[in-house]
Amino acid sequence: MSENSEQTMLMMQGNEACAEGAIWAGCRFFAGYPITPSSEIAEYLSRKLPLLGGKFIQMEDEIGSMGAVIGASLVGLKSMTATSGPGFSLKQENIGYAAMAEVPCVIVDVQRGGPSTGMPTLPAQMDVQQARWGRHGDHSIIVLTASSAQETFEQTIRAFNLSEKYMTPVVLLLDEIVGHSTEKVVLPPKDSVEIVNRKQPEVPPEEYLPYRETEDLIPVLATFGTGYRYNVTGLVHDETGFPTNDPEKIEKQIIRLSGKIEKHRDDIIQYKTFMMDDAEVAVFAYGSVARAALRAVKDSREMGIKVGLITTTVLWPFPYDVILEAAKSVKAIIVPEMNLGQMAREVELGVRNQAEVIGVNRVDGNPIPPVQIKEKIKEVV
Amino acid sequence: MIERYEIRLSGSGGQGLILGGKIIAEAAAIFDGHNAVQTQSYGPEARGGASKAEVVISDNEIDYPKAIQVDLLLALTQESCTKYSHDLKKSGILIVDSDAVKELPRGDFKVYAVPIIRLAIEEVGKAVVTNIVALGIITKISGIVTEEAMRKAILKRVPKGTEELNMKAFETGLKKGEELLAKGK
Repeated sequence: MSENSEQTMLMMQGNEACAEGAIWAGCRFFAGYPITPSSEIAEYLSRKLPLLGGKFIQMEDEIGSMGAVIGASLVGLKSMTATSGPGFSLKQENIGYAAMAEVPCVIVDVQRGGPSTGMPTLPAQMDVQQARWGRHGDHSIIVLTASSAQETFEQTIRAFNLSEKYMTPVVLLLDEIVGHSTEKVVLPPKDSVEIVNRKQPEVPPEEYLPYRETEDLIPVLATFGTGYRYNVTGLVHDETGFPTNDPEKIEKQIIRLSGKIEKHRDDIIQYKTFMMDDAEVAVFAYGSVARAALRAVKDSREMGIKVGLITTTVLWPFPYDVILEAAKSVKAIIVPEMNLGQMAREVELGVRNQAEVIGVNRVDGNPIPPVQIKEKIKEVV
Repeated sequence: MIERYEIRLSGSGGQGLILGGKIIAEAAAIFDGHNAVQTQSYGPEARGGASKAEVVISDNEIDYPKAIQVDLLLALTQESCTKYSHDLKKSGILIVDSDAVKELPRGDFKVYAVPIIRLAIEEVGKAVVTNIVALGIITKISGIVTEEAMRKAILKRVPKGTEELNMKAFETGLKKGEELLAKGK
């Protein structure tokens, strides 16, 4: 058997699995500034990327890192950065630029707790709304998450694939527990993994319009240096990429920036359900908390309580339809999260008053243990 | 068949407990063929502060990755022993450094008091291998991972050039563990 058709089993930390996933996806450029609890991603790639002909740069700060990632992507390299809360805040301006100029790239935020430098070594999920709304101006963005090292490996590959397919920055939100848990990761046979590469123009350079409106709303950005010349700007621009003040063109672009992601919600959204068939109460959870929730649901089932679980690896676009479907058959949806109820707001929107939404929140730097969710399930039933 | 076995290694930052946890997890998962997850909890400081690493071993899929009810607790400092012994299982195992831990928590568990740091210095020659001596003791007393798997995992994870020193540390721990077990009978 060739190396490409064999699977390998390794013991990896979530952060290492993320870095390895990036390499599998074809990432060949990393710029960043190390920060706990994400630093192992940078460490791993600083060792591996040069061996693959890629580039690793430790920049002067997070703002510069994000700029370098955008530049590298425009010359055709799949590019990423990794950070945590304070660095994620600094990167927002340039993430907005990438969203506006429609430059594919992956931003990993291994969440810590609190605003500012907060709790560097402790777990939290307090950036889930920031990931969606951290930039000014209307636009959509894709935000993925993971609950294990294996899932982190897979979702990192998916983050690159989605960014290349939809020409957008994609955020991968991990939490300290996932980032720092070491567990088994099965690397699949190389040839079984789907890799998406951004489209290139099919017209000659003189007919090429980078931001031409197509049916799928996704632009085709030629790799710099391949003979196609165009302008890249953070200003609202027309099909050529040059700034415009024409209301009709402005409107078209702003609507398309959200539309290109919203139109493809079904392709992007992924979720799993567990024991939902006869459930009277549901738990909705993501990230490491999904594992505590799974345990709580299993334990409650053993006690004869009809409870099910919905988990997702896609936080944005949010799976409102999935929540509404569940709300029709359960009386309440419990949302455990390591924040003060950030995604519970979205669940609340999703249920359309057809079920109660109850948070289980923890912001003291401790993980939510299964027993805390189990007690809430018992209380609600 | 291991349903769920939880080990917590605790002490202060810099004692190599997180590496110790990774070694146990790798031995259990890769070389013994179980499932294992290692997690950690530490403060913002590089040295000092209470630090812990947890390993959950199971033949089932591991849902919650952190300890729920600890089967075996190692405590190398008084602070960590006091702070992290609250969820030690009834009839669980508590291994403490007898020079550091003077005040034992109350409860129905088996206590093994060993001067682990002193053993590392006096019998192996370096305090830095305290974690590996502790792994030897844990391997013998818990019986949850095989000695062979542990040797392989240690060699895989320790810095190049320190293999011999670490193997000596592990054997020292195994020997001590055997003595403790014999005494227990």
